[in-house]
Amino acid sequence: MAEVHLPSTLEPLFPGLPRRLDVQAQTVGEVIDQLEHTWPGLRDRLCEPGPTLRHHIHVYVNRERARLDTPVAGETRVDVIAAISGG
Amino acid sequence: MPRTQLLIGTRKGAFFLESDDRKTWELRGPFCEGWPVYHMIHDPGSGAVYAAAASEWHGQAVWRSPDLGETWTHSSDGIAYDSEAGRKISKVSTLAVSDGRVLVGVEAPGIFESRDDGQTWSLLSTLAGQPGSDTWDDPSTQPPGHLGISALMFDSEDADGLWAIVQGVGLFETTDYAQSWTPRNRGLRADWPREHEEVGFCVHKLVRSPVDADRMYQQNHVGMHRTDDAGHTWTEITEGLPTEFGFAAATHPHDRDTFYVIPLDPGHGRTMPDGHAAVWRTRDAGSSWQCLDSGLPKQDAHVGVLREAMAIDSEDAPGLYFGTSTGQVFASTDEGDTWTQIADYLPAISSVEVARTE
Repeated sequence: MAEVHLPSTLEPLFPGLPRRLDVQAQTVGEVIDQLEHTWPGLRDRLCEPGPTLRHHIHVYVNRERARLDTPVAGETRVDVIAAISGG
Repeated sequence: MPRTQLLIGTRKGAFFLESDDRKTWELRGPFCEGWPVYHMIHDPGSGAVYAAAASEWHGQAVWRSPDLGETWTHSSDGIAYDSEAGRKISKVSTLAVSDGRVLVGVEAPGIFESRDDGQTWSLLSTLAGQPGSDTWDDPSTQPPGHLGISALMFDSEDADGLWAIVQGVGLFETTDYAQSWTPRNRGLRADWPREHEEVGFCVHKLVRSPVDADRMYQQNHVGMHRTDDAGHTWTEITEGLPTEFGFAAATHPHDRDTFYVIPLDPGHGRTMPDGHAAVWRTRDAGSSWQCLDSGLPKQDAHVGVLREAMAIDSEDAPGLYFGTSTGQVFASTDEGDTWTQIADYLPAISSVEVARTE
């Protein structure tokens, strides 16, 4: 079970979306698939066609930079970060 | 009670300015979570408002409010190119709505359509095969701003008619709802070498007279132009204006010969010439021009006005409105003779549209 932490910028876009939730998945991509199932449209806010993570969306699995195919099996912490950028 | 609504798209979200009398205005916003809003429009058919917005973090989406900003949804479902084709969407630039069809223009140049109130989208056209289309996907050939399709306009005379501006390339018309396109740039000026005879023109803004569908005006990168034959040929009408450059333009709702434009410094500053804010009006289809600056700052106003940032309503005495790159909104209810500042301290303004609501 992955313990997923989401950025504050997603919360107002999807009513009811918590900042922290547990997700059963094998990869980061599957985590996002699970979220998409409950909150349609969320994948587009994190991923570009390809699919690949958006340029300013960073994902860390157990504090290591991750990609969509990074495994999240077992007790894993997944942090989704809206990178510090912009002005 | 009827109200005038100004829809203000800014670099940090959407706002509304609303008024019962076009004198006292109430500001609401920001909406769209502070995403940069490139264009915001009202659908008189459904009463909904649409905003084309793009977040640096979360990508592009079309936002929709059915109740003038009280509630919002957003979707980019279907606004994507086939990833194997190598084209990517960097921005949703412009919107148009008519008869249950919502269109959004994007970069790389393309037009997506929704027929379910913006919930889902599908590709309508990329104008593939048009002269210039072989290179317009290349970012190195694109003008700054990277708007792709910078404007869309439904043809008020023909349900299958549509006009599209490809930024830095030119104006195109379709009469069979995007099955085929025709460049409509004959007579335009270009001060640079062009690879194709029919394109290579920098059309900034196209407007059409509501009382004469053959009469259109355009602000071009180099000059103001007018057509009297629905875009088949263009005639330059720049003489008498302080510069040939600008973005915003508006047509009078009741008089085919009256038209408004905001000339800007043609250099890279692209602000009011000499810091003197003014709207210019012609009442004779461009034969002569009047400077309208009463109530506007006449010095030290180094502000810009972008292509979608001026609007005109359709009242008997039409109201004119424009928003600036420094967050002011100005209004006139006497055809531009005098102006009043009705908002300040907004984020940089990208678009101003006006709607009359109950």
